[in-house]
Amino acid sequence: MSDLFTIVMTAAGLIFFAAGTLGLIRFPDTHSRLHALTKADNLGLGLIALGLTVQMPGLADLFKLVLIWALAILAAGATAQLVARVAAPADLGEEPRSPTDATGDGETRRR
Amino acid sequence: MIAPSASLLYGLCGAVLIGLGLYGFVAHRRLIRRVLAFNVIGSGIFLLFGASAYRDPAAGADPVPQAMIITGIVVALAATALALALIVAHARLAQSGALPEDETHEDGSEDAP
Amino acid sequence: MIASLFDLTLCLLILAVAGAAVFGRAAFMAVVFFIVYGILIAIAWLRLGAIDVALAEAAIGAGLTGVLLLAALSRIMRNIDAPEPAPVLEGKTIATGLASLVVTALVAHAFLTLPEPRGLQSRVTANLADAGAENPVTAVLLNFRGWDTLLESIVLLAALLGVWTLARDDAWSGRAGLRHVTRPGGVLAQFGRILPPIGLLVGIYLVWAGSKQPGGAFQGGTVLAAVWIVTIMAGLMQAPRVADRALRAALVIGPVIFLALAVAGVFAGAFLVFPPAHAGWLILAVEAVLTLSIAATLAMLIFGPPEGEEKR
Repeated sequence: MSDLFTIVMTAAGLIFFAAGTLGLIRFPDTHSRLHALTKADNLGLGLIALGLTVQMPGLADLFKLVLIWALAILAAGATAQLVARVAAPADLGEEPRSPTDATGDGETRRR
Repeated sequence: MIAPSASLLYGLCGAVLIGLGLYGFVAHRRLIRRVLAFNVIGSGIFLLFGASAYRDPAAGADPVPQAMIITGIVVALAATALALALIVAHARLAQSGALPEDETHEDGSEDAP
Repeated sequence: MIASLFDLTLCLLILAVAGAAVFGRAAFMAVVFFIVYGILIAIAWLRLGAIDVALAEAAIGAGLTGVLLLAALSRIMRNIDAPEPAPVLEGKTIATGLASLVVTALVAHAFLTLPEPRGLQSRVTANLADAGAENPVTAVLLNFRGWDTLLESIVLLAALLGVWTLARDDAWSGRAGLRHVTRPGGVLAQFGRILPPIGLLVGIYLVWAGSKQPGGAFQGGTVLAAVWIVTIMAGLMQAPRVADRALRAALVIGPVIFLALAVAGVFAGAFLVFPPAHAGWLILAVEAVLTLSIAATLAMLIFGPPEGEEKR
């Protein structure tokens, strides 16, 4: 019974991952690709993690699984925002913005 | 036909990776691509080594090659860091991403840096 | 263990991604594919029963090496997407291809004709109780083959010294690496505030758990180095000055204490011997200082040499 739950949830998660990858390949510009990646992949990872919760032998392992999912979403969200901010002027055909501008986020420069 | 064991499969994969990386290391002109190929060679060697550690799964994995592989991964990173720092310094001074002898083809055409 | 369809698919995927990384036209694309390749290799390690190696490969092989390559690429190339010119099919190229095929065939033949496995698993398991760690890989790394780990920590330090020698004379003793300008209150700054507590916990847990489960000083040290790097990139801390004494102390404390314990072992029997009665806490102590040194060294390797003011 729990194995069936795992298989169903993991399969559903894989469908979301496939949708996200399809969006990455087929969408025309950076922002729509980021949209497909973050929405589909985070939900896909959540479903896979949900499917694995019934396989965890103890509470500590369950906590670790939830922590992995939370960290993955945190990292994916932060990097998606940063990539979008850098790509925004290029997509609109403007000059790169300075990092202290309201929508720039940061850059690396010589001292 | 005998079903291949997992260790055999990964070992052969490692061998192919070594050849692949070797080709990239020699054929590329840009130094940073050579460092990348060097890392592919390195991880191919580790995969070969690790596959030989798992040849008898009933006895479990042999921990001594695994420890050596971890050591190798760290040392490969250290070498890569030093190599990349040298390449960046060279690129700043020579305004090029390749060594001088690699920049010009036999027919006189040049690469973009 | 019979290779499953999963193993076959994974190997084919690894070869395809490695091909994209090696033969790809644009350098940026090649580096991104290399990072993916590193993660796939980590999964291969899981299938080969080497979980410690999988952790190290994912953190160091894919993560840190990818960061190093990206940073170097951005410093070298003005325009990242400029493709390399298509390789001309010269005689040199064909000869290189043939040589690669020959090397692959020789290595594969050597692998296929390996003698019967006579691994050291039984020897390690027999002596594991005296080693001071229940995780056999940790026991091998820090006790049975402690010599390798001692030299490895010194090699890391030597590589960092090599990177530091590339600093210009007038830039010496300044802050390491390029300057990061970050918008306060932005996404990166907030990420840099949320990550460190969790990252510190995960890193220290990896080291602590390494004595019983897969984990260890290198894996935990890499996580700690990454936390420090993110904090500096988020603008919450400045990169340390190369002449900073606390930094230099953190860099050398691991190798120095390990070496001191190794020499002290001479009085207990031989060089680099951990007496079984004390091996447990000795290994833990060595791992603690080694983690600190590894984290500091890896982070400083990522930052690079001090850059100083650009004189025009």
